[in-house]
Amino acid sequence: MKDKLPLILMIVAGFFGLTDRFLPHPVAEGFNQYLRDTLLRIISAFALILGLGNLILRHVNKIQHKGDGWRHSYTLLISFFAASVIGLFGGVSGELWFPTRIGNFQFDITTIYFQMLIPLGATMFSMLAFYMASAAYRSFRARSWLAVLLLGAAFVVMLGQVPLGHQIWSGIPEVSQWIMEVPNTAAKRGIELGITLGILATFLKILTGIERSWMGGGK
Amino acid sequence: MKWALILGLLLLPSGGLAAAQDAGEAPFLAPPGEVEAGDTPNDGGGSITVEWATVPGAVEYRIERAAVEPDGARGDFAEIGTASELMESYADTEVAAGSAYVYRVVAIDAGGNEAASNPVGPARSRPQWFNGDLTGVALAVMAFLIVVGWYIRRARRGETLFIRRIAGLEAVEEAVGRATEMGRAVLYIPGTGRMEDIATVASMNILGEIAKKTAEYGTPIRVPNRDPVVYTVSREVVKGAYTGAGRPDAYDPESVFFLVENALAYAAAVDGIMVREKPATNFLLGAFHAESLILAEVGASTGAIQISGTDQVPQLPFFVVACDYTLMGEELYAASAYLAREPLMLGALKGQDMGKLLFMILLALGSIFSLITGLDAGWLLSTAGY
Repeated sequence: MKDKLPLILMIVAGFFGLTDRFLPHPVAEGFNQYLRDTLLRIISAFALILGLGNLILRHVNKIQHKGDGWRHSYTLLISFFAASVIGLFGGVSGELWFPTRIGNFQFDITTIYFQMLIPLGATMFSMLAFYMASAAYRSFRARSWLAVLLLGAAFVVMLGQVPLGHQIWSGIPEVSQWIMEVPNTAAKRGIELGITLGILATFLKILTGIERSWMGGGK
Repeated sequence: MKWALILGLLLLPSGGLAAAQDAGEAPFLAPPGEVEAGDTPNDGGGSITVEWATVPGAVEYRIERAAVEPDGARGDFAEIGTASELMESYADTEVAAGSAYVYRVVAIDAGGNEAASNPVGPARSRPQWFNGDLTGVALAVMAFLIVVGWYIRRARRGETLFIRRIAGLEAVEEAVGRATEMGRAVLYIPGTGRMEDIATVASMNILGEIAKKTAEYGTPIRVPNRDPVVYTVSREVVKGAYTGAGRPDAYDPESVFFLVENALAYAAAVDGIMVREKPATNFLLGAFHAESLILAEVGASTGAIQISGTDQVPQLPFFVVACDYTLMGEELYAASAYLAREPLMLGALKGQDMGKLLFMILLALGSIFSLITGLDAGWLLSTAGY
């Protein structure tokens, strides 16, 4: 029963997931929506408690055993509890009883989100530009004829995106557009077709119980 | 004189019409004809489609609706929307399923003159159980599932099936072995997708096979998670794999852990693990988004052997340039079967390949026919002087 119950639940949920687009009837759509919006949210809420518990315990253990970089764990735990207290008792914008402002210094959850989390995320994201440059440098080294082909195509596409390309030859933007629309789209669609068939095959493997790794414990 | 009088009488009507047009009087505006109202097909109900034949001179159509009570009494007509002069139908999505309505279409010309059609109806909307527009797709899906099912059946009978070589998956054994030799950990990143992403499900299946290998070799594995649900599943998968490999004692509960839900913060944390702990092997398998290159490039800079795979097409080029091996699209879904080498799973994989071959043949045939039709209609006709 321990194995069969998850499998039965998966078959029911999987069947409605697969037929979602084919069955427009409100009964089928309503059930699907209930699975996605209600049940999954309840599961996610419990899983979040497990996840946060794991995060806290791991860092507490790290501090206790003086593991590598244990001092950083203090930063995480203090930030976590401070943000939790501010959010739970101060409200989203400081509307609850917990004070979230000292003079002009505001530290409610909305301010923390927009003034700290967003800039930190933007900093990480901006690093992409450097990573792209280093990845491009490695991949564009003309070591084989395939790499030469890639280099040539990339060079034309890049030139086609800037005014300089048009200045060199007016046909470059058109060639660039053709590369993007014809060979690039063809390759992309081929991969997407394979992905769709792969998804269906995975669905069938799970539905027939051939694939059970996702349940833990294998066969 | 008599002939001049007759000619004058004959010319009088046309002269009168010309005079009316010169005076700017609008020509007669006919009401829209062939008006029909009926249930919108292939939907979940709550929609009635009104159709009509356009009339010359109309610049706009106003669609009006009147509710019909259960006793047959009809309410007043009220405007529910307008359509431009080129439109011949209007979908009324503000109706209650099962209720009756009567419609009429009013043609309006440039001068503001109106001509209303006769009321049509009553029409009712009904929900459909099957979307008939997707019959072809449903048949194709069923055909593919039959092909896969047939190969699974062949595998069940014990037939040996040839499976094409996938370089990225051949390297898994070597990658885990390398980590074992170097005495370092294997880092498994299950992507930044949610559990409902099928790529994450595929990633969990692969994780089970890789965890079995790390259990057999006694190599530590680290699985950082971004999603709490994925975290709980991956923990069970790794635990189960260690038990399945006969090494439940070697399972470290701290090897699978939750990091943070924010994708970029997750990328920063995983980058930190890569730089500090320098795992010998990085697996990046699952659904990845903008953070893919941030993870893959940092991994490459630490000298780790990297095997990646995703079904997110825009991220594939990043993985191709930054990783040693990349599983493209469907190879991600084939991976668990390929690694497990179990006959039934290989049967499913073979079916997947054959289904793909079938679709490739259909696409090639379609392209050839399209090309021939194109030549016939375009090049051939123009060559012939048409």
